[in-house]
Amino acid sequence: MSRLELTRIPGIKTALRSRWPQLVLRVIALAGFALAIVAGISGTPVGSRNFAIVFVWIGWWALLMLVAVPLFGRGWCSICPIPMPGEWLQQGSLLKPQGKGLGLGWRWPNKLRNIWLQNGAFVLVALFSTVILTSPLTSALVLAAFLVVAVAASLVFERRAFCRYLCPVGGFIGLYSQVAPLELRVKDSSVCAAHTEKTCYQGSAEGYGCPWQVFPPGLVKNTYCGTCMECLRTCPHDNLTINLRPFGADLEKPSGRKLDEAFKAFIMLGSAMIYSAVMLGPWGFLKNAAYNIGSLQWLVYAAAFLTFIFLALPGLFYAAVALGQALSSNNAQVVRVRQRRPFSTHRQAFIAFAYSLVPLGLAAWIAFSLSFVLANLSYLWPVISDPLGWGWDLLRTAQAPWTPYLSGVTPILQAGVLLVGLLWAARTALRTPAAPGARPVEPRQQVIQALPVILFCSAVSFGLLGLLVA
Amino acid sequence: MLKRLRSRLANGGWKWGIFSILMLLILISPVPAFSAPPADRHIKINASSFEYDPGVIRVNPGDRVTLELSSTDVTHGIAIDGYNLQVTAEPGQNQSLTFVADQQGTYRLRCSVTCGALHPFMIGKLHVGPNTLLLKSILIATLGLAVMIWTGTRQ
Repeated sequence: MSRLELTRIPGIKTALRSRWPQLVLRVIALAGFALAIVAGISGTPVGSRNFAIVFVWIGWWALLMLVAVPLFGRGWCSICPIPMPGEWLQQGSLLKPQGKGLGLGWRWPNKLRNIWLQNGAFVLVALFSTVILTSPLTSALVLAAFLVVAVAASLVFERRAFCRYLCPVGGFIGLYSQVAPLELRVKDSSVCAAHTEKTCYQGSAEGYGCPWQVFPPGLVKNTYCGTCMECLRTCPHDNLTINLRPFGADLEKPSGRKLDEAFKAFIMLGSAMIYSAVMLGPWGFLKNAAYNIGSLQWLVYAAAFLTFIFLALPGLFYAAVALGQALSSNNAQVVRVRQRRPFSTHRQAFIAFAYSLVPLGLAAWIAFSLSFVLANLSYLWPVISDPLGWGWDLLRTAQAPWTPYLSGVTPILQAGVLLVGLLWAARTALRTPAAPGARPVEPRQQVIQALPVILFCSAVSFGLLGLLVA
Repeated sequence: MLKRLRSRLANGGWKWGIFSILMLLILISPVPAFSAPPADRHIKINASSFEYDPGVIRVNPGDRVTLELSSTDVTHGIAIDGYNLQVTAEPGQNQSLTFVADQQGTYRLRCSVTCGALHPFMIGKLHVGPNTLLLKSILIATLGLAVMIWTGTRQ
């Protein structure tokens, strides 16, 4: 597939290799993050008047889900302020490597080198999200907890263990970054093979070894590359680049497919469906059940939530995949095609086909966010003037009225996004590559094995259309 | 350029061409006229605890609709997406909003007064006639999937 090396464009490589633009953006983000914590703790308890709620869950969320993730993948991670304090302590420096930092520098345990902890952290936040999204104090405490855990992780473990293995937000950004049209890759792998120092991973005087614990020459997908640009700075052969590529290029690669990532896709898709019903539906009992933590209704809600994302959705999907495998095997026998099956087990097929849910899940989150964000974006203007809700009017916008934006066309936008997501998911299912080492199947057999998965995706999409548009 | 176009058409691109034309036809096709004559509709809505009761309202296109809003806890409001209309009611003081439902489709009702923690999620629905957007979306999706599968079997 065609790629355009963006770092060939004058100015881009210089800007990316320089630490200053990134530092400036990160410091601004850190200031906003700190203000959100202060506002949440000491500001008004009215969510729609508090910077912690409005700026984080409306402003930042809109930027993240509608722009950053679909277009820049892990672009947000490259300027995220949460790991900054811990990283500064760990490295003993704000910019280039110079001093000796603090910390034990332990290796992250091998058994936890996956995203199951991130999956768990996201589900934990999701179960309490109705309160986190509406209570400034709770929101501030959660943000502060992220910061504390990130600092602790930096002081105990090497590199950015928090970002790579713990951050609940980073987990889904990584999953959906496979869709983005940007990637960081090596230009020529033979140059890396001949380069014995491997400064991109080990670090040099010019920069740090990959903070995300990724070996850049082995990068085949975006999921774990935090686009921090350290490898661009440390490679003495100028062998790394940022490419512009077709959307979703990572989804057609057979390697690197894992069960933890597959479950991340179910968790995200299921959460988008549940949120659409709870937050954007007309059912008050659901909202109150999700909000009243500790009550019997909440326990039922939590149990239903967990059952849906961990059992119902994956179970139905597994059945669809198994049916597709059975049908395609039968078909291969009927037409007397002698060939190895593309997947040796249903589990392998389940993992491989789960990546069809990546574009569908991203579309579901964009469609959900469109309604939520556009209806509430106008709360930003009063909050900019009065971030703590103390009656200030810094920019003369404190009295700006609540105005839902584009409310007449939001359903059309949502329907369009969901349609694109469904067709993209179907395309991904149809192009799901056979397991590494297996012989590719015939096109007809490929279609037959993908059909039940496409039906599953259609049912989910029509359900989301029903929740968001009907 | 011509060569590339010819090769794309030979590779099944014409099916997507037909899909695009059909999709356009579905999008611009007029909605079947609704037979029920316009009527006056008076609908009482009670707002309390982040919920409207009833939460879903159905009217016919052209109906003259009066929403009578009451509240039983704090001040609530109703803003209707797409219609740019709103009304607020304090507890015990019902307020009405009258309008002609001249835009077909499904619209969200949102609380327009900050009423508590779950205020941003206090939502109802107004259905004006059948939801053609939903029907058209499902039709286009089905067509698109059919073309994709058809193209896939003949790769």
